[in-house]
Amino acid sequence: MNALTKPANATDARRAARSHILTPRLETPFHPRLAALDEVNDWYNWAGYKAPHALFDEELEYFAIRSTAALFDISPMVKYRIAGADAERYLNRLTLRDVRKLPVGRVHYTAWCDDDGHVLDDGTLFRLGEQEFRLCCQERHLSWLLDSAFGFTVEIHEETEAIAGVALQGPTSYAVLAEAGFAGVERLKPFDIATFAHDGGTVTISRTGFTGDLGYELFVPRQTALSLWDRLWTAGDGHGIRAIGYAALNRTRIEAGFIVANADFVTAEGALRADRVRLPDEIGLDWLVDPDKPNFNGRRAVLDARRNQTLRHVLVGLEIEGNVPAEHAIVYHRGKREAGLVTAAIWSPTAKRNIAIASLTRPYGTRFVDDLWVEIYAMRELKYQKMMKRAKIVPRPFVKLARRTATPPGLR
Amino acid sequence: MQRYDVLVVGGGHNGLVTAGYLQRAGLKVAVLEKNGWVGGAATSRELTPGFLYSNCSYVCSLFRPEIMRDLELPRHGLQVVAYEGGAVLTRDGDYLASYRDHDSHRREFARYSKRDAEAYERYARDVTRQCRFIQPLLMRTAPDPFGFRPRDIAELLYLARKFGEFSPGEMAQTLRFWTMSISDFLDEYFETDVIKAYLAISGIIGTALGPMSPGTAYVLLHHYMGEVDGSVGAWGYARGGMGAVTQALASSFLAAGGTIRTDAEVARIFSRGGRTTGVVLESGEEIRAKLVVSNADVKRTFLKLVDEADLPEHFVHRVRHFKMRGSSGKVNIALDSLPEFPALPKGSSCIRGDLHFTDSIERMERAYDDWKAGRWSADPMLDTMIPTTLDPTMTSPGKHFMSCFVQYCPPKVEGRDWTDADRAAFAETVVGQISDYSPGFRDRIVHMEVRTPRELEAEVGLTEGNIFQGELTFDQLLFNRPVPGYAQYRSPIAGLYICGSSTHPGGGVMGAPGRNAAMEILRDLKRSPEKMSNAHDVI
Repeated sequence: MNALTKPANATDARRAARSHILTPRLETPFHPRLAALDEVNDWYNWAGYKAPHALFDEELEYFAIRSTAALFDISPMVKYRIAGADAERYLNRLTLRDVRKLPVGRVHYTAWCDDDGHVLDDGTLFRLGEQEFRLCCQERHLSWLLDSAFGFTVEIHEETEAIAGVALQGPTSYAVLAEAGFAGVERLKPFDIATFAHDGGTVTISRTGFTGDLGYELFVPRQTALSLWDRLWTAGDGHGIRAIGYAALNRTRIEAGFIVANADFVTAEGALRADRVRLPDEIGLDWLVDPDKPNFNGRRAVLDARRNQTLRHVLVGLEIEGNVPAEHAIVYHRGKREAGLVTAAIWSPTAKRNIAIASLTRPYGTRFVDDLWVEIYAMRELKYQKMMKRAKIVPRPFVKLARRTATPPGLR
Repeated sequence: MQRYDVLVVGGGHNGLVTAGYLQRAGLKVAVLEKNGWVGGAATSRELTPGFLYSNCSYVCSLFRPEIMRDLELPRHGLQVVAYEGGAVLTRDGDYLASYRDHDSHRREFARYSKRDAEAYERYARDVTRQCRFIQPLLMRTAPDPFGFRPRDIAELLYLARKFGEFSPGEMAQTLRFWTMSISDFLDEYFETDVIKAYLAISGIIGTALGPMSPGTAYVLLHHYMGEVDGSVGAWGYARGGMGAVTQALASSFLAAGGTIRTDAEVARIFSRGGRTTGVVLESGEEIRAKLVVSNADVKRTFLKLVDEADLPEHFVHRVRHFKMRGSSGKVNIALDSLPEFPALPKGSSCIRGDLHFTDSIERMERAYDDWKAGRWSADPMLDTMIPTTLDPTMTSPGKHFMSCFVQYCPPKVEGRDWTDADRAAFAETVVGQISDYSPGFRDRIVHMEVRTPRELEAEVGLTEGNIFQGELTFDQLLFNRPVPGYAQYRSPIAGLYICGSSTHPGGGVMGAPGRNAAMEILRDLKRSPEKMSNAHDVI
């Protein structure tokens, strides 16, 4: 909607928005480019948006991330703009990490909890200015964020539709940005943010990503999304740039050991069953909790659980013998005692190992770490082949790439 | 003189469910129905040529799938078709729609408030959590805390254990849910009036309370507990109208060898020495049976059909004070074409769902104020549907049946009986409101059936026309429904049982009271209910 058709008041805006029913699946600002590149018509619903599961070939898309440069549309990610005199204090109360330690021009990964210490979501917090932040996450939390703002001088706006985001990931991603004329981008260290001129406005580039590889995420107002895409695409021509879907990205995020809300854990606001919610320490996010910072939501519950040793689950990385991915397999101790569930699993083409992320019920995974097994049911031509495979707890990430952190970054 | 094992007084859905189970358990059962047709408040009658109405109840969700399967209702013609959503049309010419699609629903709410749109998730989660707690209780006999039989203690423990699965926060929420007003409850989640008004409808339907009255939050829960094929909270149309439910039940019962007698109004239920012996019909005919099961509401059963001299005084006192106040009416309209609602976008699925015209809680509460003064609401809350948009069997192509549930509507008009003139004025109020949003609506009307509490009581037999055979407030639920000490479908008279919506778990075309009553009767007869499934697990 441009300035000329901008509605005069809230009622007109509400009427204008009626047409949403014509597009029950929203198209992202990059959709025209994705649709043009799409060869397989394999779309899925990502938070109400039409998003590609794959664009041409999941396996080849994976190798674009690990070998050249891949463009992945992250516009459907839920985005909130949080600004105001109390923004830092507000976010420090909301989230687990110490926001005072997050300088302007930096991003950090964080999570936030309800009063019982149960994780509501995880996400990335961008400090765009002294009093200005962007919070990116999987689920929608506006009512939680606004309720939490009681008593703080802070303004919170949901800007998911207004802001387009694209991840550029892979060993030649820096080369693409350099070729595209983003001078100075080489100075960005992991989790740095900078703004650059683009199409009469600016683009915010952060050295972040979900792949465990060298990579960047770029954010622009939706109006300049296509020109940004074209700029990257043209620049990437000699650097093997490809557009990819979620299936390939998911493989790399498992290799990097990252978790996904409502895939590897159930968010506290979504859980119908009281025992499905998780404390940060139960999903491998204990390192985010900063007990020394001022009070944050859920602090007492998390620290009590630690002190009283009432943590009930633990998230672990598993390496499983053989080559059959163990997705959603049950984990056993000594081959018979149920110990937990695999939440994500792939054969890792880069590590050449069969890897998995699993949620175990303590003391499995804490006191009992040996003699773990997973039961894999592989459907092969309408017959389950049942396998009991040995699993070993290994540290995450499963794949660690030096190029992810090298500064200045390599060109390939 | 004919002899039966069991006589069921009244052929409503619960009576037919009880009859079906008992007949299949090997008993000789007869259903005695005062009207010339069975169905009670779940009927589809052709009152004008070419149009089938759902005369009373009009949507299906609560009817328990276990019963449909046990009594083989699909084989006897029952199909329930899910519908798509609905809308409230607002006075400023806009609307608020609801959609089955999660994201469309959120974006629609976001037109009014982004905050409310995102708060809906938390609301739906909290309501669903409470439903998951209550749903398993529907198909169980409520414990009698006054009896100390092992079964009652076991049931109380079951309740306590269910409750124990909750976190302290959820327990507190449960108590709040059972006691709060729907308006206060919604205020904790939403800021937009029309959103609250839409969600509040389920909290007041069939209840002589306003949205600001404590206890209405539970009524919402009651309406959320249904499902269509496992989709919890979904509503559907019975193909062929709600009469299809009772037609299938009757067909199943007859196929099992049961007897249905229509135009057989029961005048008295006999008892001798504290034990029932049978009934006498209005015609004077006497029918003997060992057991009598009344599908009539608790007031009609014990204050009209049974000699009060045979009942304990305190029991009678409690029955007399059981709240069963008439609060609603029904207008069924035959239309020669699909009404237009210019506010709704072309091609919107809303027209195939529930349509409403009350866009604020305050208007609902004012509508209730009229009822308190003994008048029907000048600006009523309508719950309307056009099931023929999805069901091709009720009329011919292009023609439509519109069902209008109307609240509030008093059992007496300013203390006096309803007159035909009152009824015509009441209908005009309804048609007037619809016409405000649908130009030309009047011209499409072919025929109308207007039912005030007077007609509902006279035709269906519901005391004061109360659709739930007793209000669904917490003081009248579980072991307090209908009377403490008599919540297990039995009565002070041996061999006399009750199986209607006056009993646990209450109203709506659910069938659970009828099924639970059959279970208790078979238990007393020391027969095993072979063909009765346990309640489906809530997993």
